[in-house]
Amino acid sequence: MTDYNFAYLDEQTKRMIRRAILKGLAIPGYQVPFASREMPMPYGWGTGGVQVSAAVLTPEDRFKVIDQGADDTTNAVSIRRFFEKTAGVAVTEATAEASVIQTRHRIPELPLREDQILVYQVPIPEPLRFLEPSEVETRKMHSLEEYGLMHVKLYEDISQHGTIATAYAYPVKVEGRYVMDPSPIPKFDNPKLEMAGVQLFGAGREQRIYAVPPYTQVVSLDFDDYPFAPTKADHACDLCGATDSYLDELIMDDAGGRMFMCSDTDYCGTRRVAGHVGAQAAALAEDAA
Amino acid sequence: MYVAVKGGERAIDNAHAWLAEERRGDISVPELSVDQIREQMTLAVNRVMAEGSLYDPELAALAIKQSRGDLIEAIFLIRAYRTTLPRFGGSHPVDTAAMDCDRRVSATFKDAPGGQVLGPTFDYTHRLLDFQLAADGQVGEVQKTEPNTGETPHIMGFLDREGLIQTEPEGAEAPDDLTRSPLELPASRALRLQALTRGDEGFLLSMAYSTQRGYARNHAFVAELRIGTVAVEMDIPELGFTIDIGEITLTECETVNQFMGSKTEPPQFTRGYGLVFGMTERKAISMALVDRALRWKELGEDNLGAPAQDEEFVLYHADNIQATGFLEHIKLPHYVDFQSELELVRKLRRNVQAAGQDESKGPSGGSFSGKMKEGVGS
Repeated sequence: MTDYNFAYLDEQTKRMIRRAILKGLAIPGYQVPFASREMPMPYGWGTGGVQVSAAVLTPEDRFKVIDQGADDTTNAVSIRRFFEKTAGVAVTEATAEASVIQTRHRIPELPLREDQILVYQVPIPEPLRFLEPSEVETRKMHSLEEYGLMHVKLYEDISQHGTIATAYAYPVKVEGRYVMDPSPIPKFDNPKLEMAGVQLFGAGREQRIYAVPPYTQVVSLDFDDYPFAPTKADHACDLCGATDSYLDELIMDDAGGRMFMCSDTDYCGTRRVAGHVGAQAAALAEDAA
Repeated sequence: MYVAVKGGERAIDNAHAWLAEERRGDISVPELSVDQIREQMTLAVNRVMAEGSLYDPELAALAIKQSRGDLIEAIFLIRAYRTTLPRFGGSHPVDTAAMDCDRRVSATFKDAPGGQVLGPTFDYTHRLLDFQLAADGQVGEVQKTEPNTGETPHIMGFLDREGLIQTEPEGAEAPDDLTRSPLELPASRALRLQALTRGDEGFLLSMAYSTQRGYARNHAFVAELRIGTVAVEMDIPELGFTIDIGEITLTECETVNQFMGSKTEPPQFTRGYGLVFGMTERKAISMALVDRALRWKELGEDNLGAPAQDEEFVLYHADNIQATGFLEHIKLPHYVDFQSELELVRKLRRNVQAAGQDESKGPSGGSFSGKMKEGVGS
């Protein structure tokens, strides 16, 4: 595809996005407005992540795309193909081999290294949005570090439900300053937000970029007597037997039979190759044959 | 089951092939040409150009063909193409006073210099299906007259001369470009107008209609509606002079609105403004009404809490490409989020059930645990 520049966007646009990324890294958790472009995929389908990836990719990179933790979900396939076509970069499904990973809704189970970049697709970057619909107001609240509303919301959850009723997109405070939306990852993934890799968040429709530099403190909001607790289905993976990974629940038959499997397909596959076997792995192998 | 989530690549390829076949339809029916769409579906082409923010009838017609007539999809194709184009610079502001008008009507004056020109309008047609058109689309002879070569001055100018209409400050500087810098609020009027002119026609129509029905009513009269062609001129630094790079069709609507005066402004008429690519009359009028509603602050009017007065609400929700993308993204997999919600709801139900059982032991006996059923065998 020679009709378009490397990684689709023109160099001026990439420079503008890189400036926003650098500003974001300099002020961890702060939402930097940027002149988001229309991309050839719809808003809400990862255009922010795609623009950030386009700005950071180099021809030497190895690119991985996951959606719901899986490399083979249709939109992950579509985005991976887009960069194969427009940037000609090498792609991989192996977390360890990728230098840039674009993700929607998950952080890979395998800890990332300093030489890896994790790019998040973000639908609504504003953690306070559903408490205060106005952008003018929420920007003011951030600048004044006025987060009382969020604590009241968490408190009301506890008083009504006995627990904080937020299961994903669980708000965090970055380096003691900005309250940030970690994108709709399950709160199981929140502890992984403190990592060695660079984390970049792109919200295309909302025209915002933000970032968490390596080894930055990221604290999930909670109360002393109601501490934050990451949760997952209380099962082991039925394919690889992992007990430490986030699980998808699958409906197997009309009678409501279920099985659980790792949402991170690379993690699950790697474990199975290494000889780990889950409770239903044998039965499924027969089905497939 | 497990295999079902695999095979995304093949599914996508097959879906695209099927889509292409559906687009073509019955192959015994002749294929629609881009020229036919451009010439005979002109108003659709105009809408795609206006909301796609790219004046190119040929490409708009191609987009309509490719999108199977889904105009929002066609607008999306044009927008995605538009962003890849280099910018050579900005043109001079177009001079709509020098427009060659195909249509020019005023609802405020019975006659004015330049006259009332009805032009090719649906306005006074009776909306009866023309079955003759199904058989053949031949058109009869149209009577021709000499074109009006005189000036067609803006009607607003006459009110301006009398000082009855609010004076508009001269905007000397080139305004910000909505497509090159992020929208930050409060936005200048120039930016608001940019957002409105590429905004969704249906959204603007409803917003404008809501002001007419009383949600921040602003008593609009169409002082002037004109449709026609204007020249686009640009300075070429290499040449050192201005050249005419082409001609575009525009619809311009100026409304005059009754205004009783406010704390800061005397009683006078105020303005709303609409300017849209192509023959897009409904959109231009809607735009003018919404523009006027959004100007409450500068005119010192009260905020009535109406949706059309809320700049953030209007500007953040007018773009149909943003809206449709985000709306339709909920078709994408959300297993991970849903799974975490599933765990949470199960936990909450267990808590409620436990509380219910405790209660049933008590004297009140009001148990609802019987009504609660654990959803799945977890």
